[in-house]
Formats: sequence, structure tokens, C-alpha cells
Amino acid sequence: MACFLVPAGEAIVTTVIQKVVENNEKKSGAANTRESGGKWSQRLGWLNKMLWGGVMLLALEHIWHGEVVPWPPFLTAMQNPADVAPMLHEIATIGVGMAVFVTVVWVLMVIIAEAKSRTIPQVKAKPVAGGA
Amino acid sequence: MFLIMTALAAVIATVIWYANAPEDKYKVGMLSLFLWGATLMWLVDHVMAYLMEGGEFFELNLDATMLGLSVIVLALIVWMLILVISDPKGTLKKVLKT
Repeated sequence: MACFLVPAGEAIVTTVIQKVVENNEKKSGAANTRESGGKWSQRLGWLNKMLWGGVMLLALEHIWHGEVVPWPPFLTAMQNPADVAPMLHEIATIGVGMAVFVTVVWVLMVIIAEAKSRTIPQVKAKPVAGGA
Repeated sequence: MFLIMTALAAVIATVIWYANAPEDKYKVGMLSLFLWGATLMWLVDHVMAYLMEGGEFFELNLDATMLGLSVIVLALIVWMLILVISDPKGTLKKVLKT
């Protein structure tokens, strides 16, 4: 009915966090170093893309099924008071479940990426010797 | 059906991304994450609905198939728009100059 609203709310929050982290990384000049744990703005970008992509495609599904309409109150369940409680229940169960599951998958992705990046040998730039 | 179709599209996009990685000029990685996000969300939706209400896990009918196609087309349109706006090849810049 409106389960995608929970991931949408999370996506807004994580997008703001990503922007803040990106600015901090730019200020500290750590955006491209492995010491910073490696581009946290990039890692957060993965979560944002999954959340926004999911929200966008689920919104289409809800429009397809007539659960979301382009006029107020936008959610057809809101037009009938009897449908409001089931809608809130669906948001609390399926909506929260979706947001948690996507976040858990993202955490696993980050753990794997961090483990992989630690195995890559660090390359140090050497000054070029010789010449005139 | 739309869950299977979206998952299939996500797998194909991921394989294409991996084949070209670390180069990702055309943002295929972003497309694959869009599709994976939707796949994971629908997986939760299907599992929870199946556990709470029972019935068939997959909807195998024309409506669900058309929805699956529409979902993939929407994802491709959004990806294309982002690609054209960000213009990684500079094609739009060159075209608009002439």
C-alpha cells in the first residue's frame, strides 16, 4: 500500500549523510586514500543507489496497482478510514523489513569491500632517479 | 514475475559492469544497484506476504509480466537520462557546440 515510504525516508537521510561525508572527505583531502578506510562517500553511494532505485521502481508498481495516485491524498488507502490501519501495519512490517534488509545487504557489501581493499598491497610513489 | 524479471536484469547489469570494471564510464554499476535495490525490496515483500497471507510466491500472469517489463524500462530510462545529463563522453557538449 505504501511500504516504499520507509526506504524513501531512509534514502533521504542517507543522501544527506553522504553529502556531509563527501564534504568532509574533500576538506581533509582523504577522498582517495586507503587510510581513510576508502571513500566512505562511495560506500554510502551504493546504499543510496539501492534505496532510490528500489523506491523509484516500487513507486511504479504501486501506481500500476492503483495504490498511489497523482492527486491528494496520493495514497488510495487514505481515502477510506478502514484502510488506514492496514496501511500503517504494512508500513511497519514490510516497509521496515525492506529498509532493514537493503541496509543489511549494504553492510555486508561494505565488509567484503573493506576486507578486499586490505588485501591489496599499498603502492608507494618513488621519486624518479636519474636524468641530467 | 516482476521479481524474477528485475532480478534477471540486475544480474545482467552486474555482469556487464564487472566485465568492464574498474572502468564504469556509462554508469552500469549505478543501473545494477538500482535494480538490486528493487529486487531486494520485492524479495522482502514477497516473503513477508507469503508468510502472512500464504498463496502463490510468484505471480505468473500477463499483468505481472507487463509490470516487470515496465519496471525494467523505467530503470533504463532513468539510467539513460542520468547518462545524457552527466554526459561522460562529452558528446552532448560537442553536439551543442556545432
